[in-house]
Amino acid sequence: MDMKTLYLVVPLAPLAGAIVAGLFGKAIGRAGAHTVTILGVLVSFLASLVIFQDVLAGNTFNGAVYTWLTSGDLRLEVGFLIDPLSAVMMLVVTFVSLCVHVYTIGYMADDPGYQRFFSYISLFTFSMLMLVMSNNFLQLFFGWEAVGLVSYLLIGFWYTRESAIYANLKAFLVNRVGDFGFLLGIGLVLAYFGSLDYAEVFHKAPHLADQTISLIEGQNWLVITVICILLFIGAMGKSAQFPLHVWLPDSMEGPTPISALIHAATMVTAGIFMVARMSPLFELSDTALSFVMVIGAITALFMGFLGMIQNDIKRVVAYSTLSQLGYMTVALGVSAYSVAIFHLMTHAFFKALLFLAAGSVIIGMHHDQDIRNMGGLRKYMPITWITLLIGSLALIGTPGLSGFFSKDSIILATQASDLWGSGFAAFAVTAGVFVTAFYSFRMYFLVFHGKERFHTAHAGHDQEGGKDDDHHGHHHGGHSTPHESPWVVWLPLVLLAIPSVYAGWAYIEPMLFGDFFGASIFVDSEAHPAMASLREHFHGAGAMALHALMTLPFWLAVAGVAAAWYLYLVRRDLPERIRQRAGILYTILDRKYGFDDFNDWFFAGGARLLGSRLWRWGDVTAIDGVVVNGSARVVGQLAAIVRHLQSGYIYHYAFAMIIGVAALVTWFVD
Amino acid sequence: MLEGIGILSLTIWVPIVAGLIVLALGGDDRNADGPRTLALIGAVLGFLVAIPLWTGFDASTAAMQFEELAPWIPAFNIRYHLGVDGISMPFVLLNSFTTVLVVLAGWVVIKTKVAQYMAAFLIQSGLINGVFAALDGILFYVFFEAMLIPLYLIIGMWGGPNRVYAAIKFFLYTLLGSLLMLVAVLYLFVQSGNSFEILVWHKLPLTMAAQLLLFVAFFFAFAVKVPMWPVHTWLPDAHVEAPTGGSVVLAAITLKVGAYGFLRFVLPIVPDASHELTWLMITLSLVAVVYIGLVALVQTDMKKLIAYSSIAHMGFVTLGFFVFNPLGIEGGLIQMISHGFVSGALFLCVGVMYDRVHSRQIGDYGGVANTMPKFAAFFMLFAMANAGLPGTSGFVGEFMVILGTIQVSFWWAAAAGLTLIFGAAYTLWMYKRVVFGPVANEQVAKLQDIDGREFIVLAILAVCVLAMGIYPLPVTEVMHASVNNLLDHVAHSKLVY
Repeated sequence: MDMKTLYLVVPLAPLAGAIVAGLFGKAIGRAGAHTVTILGVLVSFLASLVIFQDVLAGNTFNGAVYTWLTSGDLRLEVGFLIDPLSAVMMLVVTFVSLCVHVYTIGYMADDPGYQRFFSYISLFTFSMLMLVMSNNFLQLFFGWEAVGLVSYLLIGFWYTRESAIYANLKAFLVNRVGDFGFLLGIGLVLAYFGSLDYAEVFHKAPHLADQTISLIEGQNWLVITVICILLFIGAMGKSAQFPLHVWLPDSMEGPTPISALIHAATMVTAGIFMVARMSPLFELSDTALSFVMVIGAITALFMGFLGMIQNDIKRVVAYSTLSQLGYMTVALGVSAYSVAIFHLMTHAFFKALLFLAAGSVIIGMHHDQDIRNMGGLRKYMPITWITLLIGSLALIGTPGLSGFFSKDSIILATQASDLWGSGFAAFAVTAGVFVTAFYSFRMYFLVFHGKERFHTAHAGHDQEGGKDDDHHGHHHGGHSTPHESPWVVWLPLVLLAIPSVYAGWAYIEPMLFGDFFGASIFVDSEAHPAMASLREHFHGAGAMALHALMTLPFWLAVAGVAAAWYLYLVRRDLPERIRQRAGILYTILDRKYGFDDFNDWFFAGGARLLGSRLWRWGDVTAIDGVVVNGSARVVGQLAAIVRHLQSGYIYHYAFAMIIGVAALVTWFVD
Repeated sequence: MLEGIGILSLTIWVPIVAGLIVLALGGDDRNADGPRTLALIGAVLGFLVAIPLWTGFDASTAAMQFEELAPWIPAFNIRYHLGVDGISMPFVLLNSFTTVLVVLAGWVVIKTKVAQYMAAFLIQSGLINGVFAALDGILFYVFFEAMLIPLYLIIGMWGGPNRVYAAIKFFLYTLLGSLLMLVAVLYLFVQSGNSFEILVWHKLPLTMAAQLLLFVAFFFAFAVKVPMWPVHTWLPDAHVEAPTGGSVVLAAITLKVGAYGFLRFVLPIVPDASHELTWLMITLSLVAVVYIGLVALVQTDMKKLIAYSSIAHMGFVTLGFFVFNPLGIEGGLIQMISHGFVSGALFLCVGVMYDRVHSRQIGDYGGVANTMPKFAAFFMLFAMANAGLPGTSGFVGEFMVILGTIQVSFWWAAAAGLTLIFGAAYTLWMYKRVVFGPVANEQVAKLQDIDGREFIVLAILAVCVLAMGIYPLPVTEVMHASVNNLLDHVAHSKLVY
């Protein structure tokens, strides 16, 4: 089989699985549905492996599959760009997707929507692959929106639950706000570059570096800056960056497998991938890079804070995801694109692992998600315990594990940057280490250590308003003893734990400092020396890990773990007292800085109010009331007068006709 | 093919004759399968005779094709002159195609005066084909006016409780608009030295004052039909009262006649006035997108909501036309075709629910997915297409128009782009309240999922929506030559002083 066919196989195999499971789910049954979709993703994964090897051997590809449409001189195509960047993404996406597919067999075992679920996650895999394999902006946008659609369908998978269908609408609309910017960015790309093809746009970019655009009278901005910021607004929606982050925590209403696949490992990293792909554009605008970096820094730190007070196991992981996405964004902002992609990859492994492990805990706890009701689970769920511990250690940056290498590189790169805002960003990502360690181990200790609270915990759980995940199709009978999950659930945990451990030291050298990404990522080392400085100070993965033991981030992480240990295992009474003392601070965190309230009030409420005013006053009163029905009334009144002209006398009519003919003739002949 | 009768004549007269036959033979409502079957045969025949327009179309030329020419009223040089180019041809097909779906959609739903109902749709289908095919001003005007009558009857006889108000409002609104057009047509006749040939008018030099007056006259005729804000208020009323089939034809075809008029008359005949009044057209289009988008959000009646959504989507069409570049105009045309599929499908979806529950109020539903999963899946697809999701036809036109607009003005494009948010908000919020959630009441609990007939109708539309979203190239390719020719007309001033 030649490579081009193989490129096609990668996205089409999952699509075929999705179509079969979706349209013929009833006919092929549950086993049929998971067999066909897993087969599709497996084929896709194996093909990605082959392609990856091929790319490593130096073979890249950039070509069209078919012409989507033409208009004027413009030709829009669907096509693939296979280079190291897309090859890495394809591997990550198909590998995590495969794990999640297998995991789903166990997790959704009792769900009546089993086939539908498999169809959706395969469709997602297809959409995501189309996104990362694209060689042009159009297809990028197609994949971008398609993953949004599947995310929408999956967050609202249990469509009878009010909270789920609220969350999915919110997710879609917030993403659409981002897409609004994204689309305008694409529009400007076309308007100024005359093409939507990556290669052509990147080729022309340097020539347009000094071109300005005047969007507001008297203000001249660089075209590239405007384009990059607009594109990044799209990334802010998809990758849940402040202030468009609000949808991601609510997306936890979806079943846990998709939280791992879509809302941690792959879809939410689409924005990161996109900016890395656009590096030839972003490199031309320091303003855009600063903007990216500051937004990322705010997200990294302030979303981490929110993770510290969550009691729902999935929400802890969700805020952690937000924060880590912020880290990646900061890396993009300091032109360390390869580091961002590196962290994207390690994060995909350990965060998918954390989510799936959390899901395993949820199964073990009979669908109670409140970590205050857990405790001491390590005895009952040993595999989940060990794997979740590995994931957490990787997340907080334990030297030697995957997360350490990627996150420490981000911190170092940020420190080396001299762009506007890099001081703040360096502070945020450094302080974030403590926060990350704290919330991660707060959750870990509460779940796996300490007193077993699940026998007595029902009261507290009900107070929380039933935030539990999947009671759909499960029975919620009293709290019996937790149990380890079946093999289809723990096997993916183990599979993900392996790269969570080794992917860091194994790949840091080629990905960050070697020539792995080649031409797929462009850095202007003169203007943005962060990567170069990083490279200078790098003396092998082992040395990096050893050296880290003497640096601030490491001790911040230790401090975070220690603080969590002291507060949640030793002095269980302290957190409550701190909470009471913190007062307003706690309220601010508890209200998530008020974004949800503000959005509900201002945007949702405002739009509805404006809509009903425009309708009532504009359409109903002004146009229909005054003009339309008003003129009908006037006509009626006029008619009452004009009726007198209908006298019934022939000579009256004849006279009127003559005048009329005379008038017409005058007019025409004129 | 029949000797001496051209394809275009067939697309006009086959449905009309079929309609007359149904009317003549029909009668008894208790045994209405006869007229139904007959009507279906007529509609399918009407579609089949239109297919050669597509297969035999020469996309390389902007000239009129399939032309037919015969004297009609020689005294006034009025001629039966038919022909289509890349702009009008797709709409003849779309119309003939929609007629088949409408006949199917009304199959068992319409129980009174079945024969008359079916006949009205068939006759209307022929008349609308006439509008798109006419190359003679008076012929166009006659079809343009005549097509109102069946629709007026459809709303007035098979409509809802407030149907008389809606029907008269619809009729007067559109009639008043087109009376001004008649004046314009007569003026052009005189100016061009006694010719009603539209193509002759395209080359006619005119003063700016004349152009502006003609623009205003045509504007009222076509803007009402589109409808553009602020002459749009007849549409929600007409939709709400019309039976499902009426709404489908209204949304899918009738509105397109107005937009088509801008391309066939306004842009080529008065190009200088068009440039002069671009600001007006753009403003009204953007008002339609933004204002109407917000108004749609607060509707509680599903049909009203979709009607307002139609106005917003048609705003994209007029916006695209008046940015005067290929992307804009072709995007507008694609949007017209797509809107035919999508809004038609959405009205059918509402019809499916209305037939069961007899309510169009969003509040009377909730959790429909529980009892009608197949229907929910179709409805989801069409809702997403309405929200402009890539991969569906709804995306293509909006995307092209936004890309075309941003080349002219960033802020126009930004305002139009708001539809990304508004369109998703009103469509999906409605979908959420109607389809998602727990079963809301007993009516919903008793719902039966779609039957075979409904499935086929929706599935055909679903295929169209997806096909055009994934591979729009064939549709745009037939337009290129004609659109470029049109842009050429627009670019050249024909002012005389």
